[in-house]
Amino acid sequence: MALALNVNGTSYTVDVEPETPLLWVLRDNIGLTGTKYGCGIARCGFCTVHVDGQAVKSCQTKVSATVGTRVTTIEGLSPDSTHPVQVAWIEHSVPQCGYCQSGQIMAAAALLAKRARPTDAEIDEAMADNLCRCGTYVRIRSAIHRAAELGAR
Amino acid sequence: MNQINVTRREFIITSAGAAGGLAIGVFLAPMANAAVVNPMPWQSPNDKEGLELSQWIVIDPSGIITVVQPHAEMGQGAMTSTAMMLNEELQADWKMIRVQYADANRHVLNNELWVTMASGGSNVVKARHPHIMQAGASARERLKEAAAQTWGVPRTQVTAKDSVLTSGTRRGTYAEFATRAAGIKLAEEPKRKTPEQFTFLGTSVPRLDVPLKVNGAAKYAHDIRLPGMVYAAVYANPVPWGGSPKFDFNAIKARPGVLAAVELKAVAGKRGLADMQNGVAVVADTYYRAKTALDLMPIEWDYGPNAAMSNQTLFDTAYKKLGEKGAVRKDDPAALAAIAAAPADKKVGGDFHRPYEAHARAEPITTTVDIKADGTVDVYVGAQNPPAVMTAVVEQLGIEPKNCFVRRQFLGCGFGSSSGTFAAKQAAQIAKEVGRPVKLIWSREEDIRNSKHAPAYAARFEAAVGPDGLPTAIFTRTFGANSSDNTITDMPYEIALRHHERHADLEQANIPITTHRAPGTGLVGFASEQFIDDLARKGGWNPLDWRIAMTKTKADYQLVLKTLKEKAGYRMDLPRGEGMGVAVVESHGTIAGAVATVTVSRRGQLRVEKVVLAVDSGHVINPLNGTEQVEGSVVFGLAHLLGGGLEFQKGAVANSNFDTYRLLRIGDMPTVEVHFALSGGEKWGGLGEPGVPPTAPSVANAIFAATGKRVRSTPLTLHDLSWA
Ligand code: FES
Ligand code: FES
Repeated sequence: MALALNVNGTSYTVDVEPETPLLWVLRDNIGLTGTKYGCGIARCGFCTVHVDGQAVKSCQTKVSATVGTRVTTIEGLSPDSTHPVQVAWIEHSVPQCGYCQSGQIMAAAALLAKRARPTDAEIDEAMADNLCRCGTYVRIRSAIHRAAELGAR
Repeated sequence: MNQINVTRREFIITSAGAAGGLAIGVFLAPMANAAVVNPMPWQSPNDKEGLELSQWIVIDPSGIITVVQPHAEMGQGAMTSTAMMLNEELQADWKMIRVQYADANRHVLNNELWVTMASGGSNVVKARHPHIMQAGASARERLKEAAAQTWGVPRTQVTAKDSVLTSGTRRGTYAEFATRAAGIKLAEEPKRKTPEQFTFLGTSVPRLDVPLKVNGAAKYAHDIRLPGMVYAAVYANPVPWGGSPKFDFNAIKARPGVLAAVELKAVAGKRGLADMQNGVAVVADTYYRAKTALDLMPIEWDYGPNAAMSNQTLFDTAYKKLGEKGAVRKDDPAALAAIAAAPADKKVGGDFHRPYEAHARAEPITTTVDIKADGTVDVYVGAQNPPAVMTAVVEQLGIEPKNCFVRRQFLGCGFGSSSGTFAAKQAAQIAKEVGRPVKLIWSREEDIRNSKHAPAYAARFEAAVGPDGLPTAIFTRTFGANSSDNTITDMPYEIALRHHERHADLEQANIPITTHRAPGTGLVGFASEQFIDDLARKGGWNPLDWRIAMTKTKADYQLVLKTLKEKAGYRMDLPRGEGMGVAVVESHGTIAGAVATVTVSRRGQLRVEKVVLAVDSGHVINPLNGTEQVEGSVVFGLAHLLGGGLEFQKGAVANSNFDTYRLLRIGDMPTVEVHFALSGGEKWGGLGEPGVPPTAPSVANAIFAATGKRVRSTPLTLHDLSWA
């Protein structure tokens, strides 16, 4: 079935089963591989993208449900890695293997869009589904606070 | 059995507007466009350390210097560390350095050109700094000699700094002298710098891979896309060494995009590192279609001879063995006699065990194999040991090693998971049968259930305490494949009489195993450092002071433990429900001590509040990255204490995904403080793993302090920590 999508401001038409998870359409059909697969059951957050500005797990989002929305992936968060979350992530040297980080960054960006100055507890809650096997959690927390500062400027 | 459905549709019909996303960097493209200084210019067969310059360093006329390094970047910072070590000597302009992977094919075919490509055991800095720094020093001196000859001055009058060579008023760049340098033979290779001469190593340098990891640019094996590529999803027999599946491809072959089902066959009787289990894969034009079809395909498994295996049977065997004499690893009948003779109130004993664990790398195992028309084979993989992948594919396809090329990618974690060889064999077989490039992705369920696992462990400790409250003799008997015997026999404490026996893991022939992050020392440390706590308490000691008193003659332990005492504020007088615990374990050449603070509610709810570590790795080449590695190690140690734990039932792993194999989340994360307590000198320890072993026992000791409950096994989800 041909479906029209808007991803990072670009229009795509893809021919897939409507129940196909957005994750695999982004990766295999469109070729945006920054969004990662980690579990397929909404328990790792590696696949987090924005749909109309909300953080969603793309492994649990049917592609048909995103027709008529604006999808933003890590590749479209900023043209040049200057989103405050990306800047803070570099400043605080958050990524290790980096595999979870697209999802972490997208989840953090969505949090900061809602809560300009989140507390530690709010961060823990918003980031609860985002696993980091390398263990960058202390830096994720501090970088979110830093991004909040940068965003307030 | 293998059938191919030839219909294939194109998926992207139109793509309008600006190209989606950023241009993807080709940073790691093999050999890029850089000029090669000279192939193997300074080789002398007797000088393994000093001869390998050209394969390490490529100088481009534009001044870009490419460091061609052999180690896997899996989050431990290998690319930055290797380039830093090389450039401490090379003295190039750091901004102009580029790093790329060395070619495994060239390495294997040229007598191990980079000495080793294996990245594990925290070895990159610890074991490789002599080779890597020598390569930098040898290159620098050749560049200086080239300038010296051109200018007619002695080499000693040429200085090298920031890619510029200077002598008096004369000045030239490395790039200008690269060609001449490549032809230079030195009478003697330069000596490497000693640590007090370092100007770059020891500073906190931002990791080179970080910018690629905040915008989706970093490429993992998972991200490979080749023209004409198809996707495979796979199930191995859920019971190790079970028989071949019966499956009905006809039931799914009409599904969209489905191309083939391919049976995968274990080699009978072969249970080495690179083996494959019996299984079946479904191939389709996208991964989602392949995986969906595989899930719908009727499959009957023959579970084979291990179908009755369970955690119960595994640990019944382990504890039975702990009651029997094992292979003697340190023999001291006097230790046994002293313990036998000690009165009951002067004896301490305890048993501990840990289950099998999954690696659960962030990136599920993924391999792409492309068998090309010219007979060469490309294998796209994130591998800790690329030559092992090469061997696996060569063996599976029956090709010549010279025709196999491992195209190395970033790894989404490593942790010693060697399942990549297993998946590479599967992918190679599937690619051969479908005649197309194939990307094989293990689902998370496949990854957790059917990877090679980290082995289980069990240990028994007994000791006698003398009239002064200090131990006189210790007896240990362990069970497991990764038992790190010397972590027990060389325990740093002054215990005069020691006897140690071990049973090799009898199940290892049945359950495929591999290493982990701090595999042996993590298991031993969990048991030994809790036992030591009991021993100290039995003698009426404060456990931290006991460790200091019992390592008096070991300056590096004293440094670590005293730093810990100063920084962590260890105390034993906290109210019930709060506790602090200490542990110290040496691993990978590094001593790491930890003090954990926990709270445990009356109902048994645990919160790890803080972990303070003191670490002696001798030197730290990049304190920023070193700190990150220790922080990550704490998470790893906690993850497999609080959660994790594979549960075998009816021969198969019952856990399946992150819902049933639970790992640490941000909300569980304590504050972590890392203090380096460096003894310097000749000591070069690793940092990727040593933070792991002390973490779990320090928390377990804190739990004991808080509740009086000894943590004899993991995961803690199986324990009741409530107290009244
Ligand atoms: S892949 Fe979507 S949450 Fe894990
Ligand atoms: S950085 Fe490796 S999993 Fe998060």
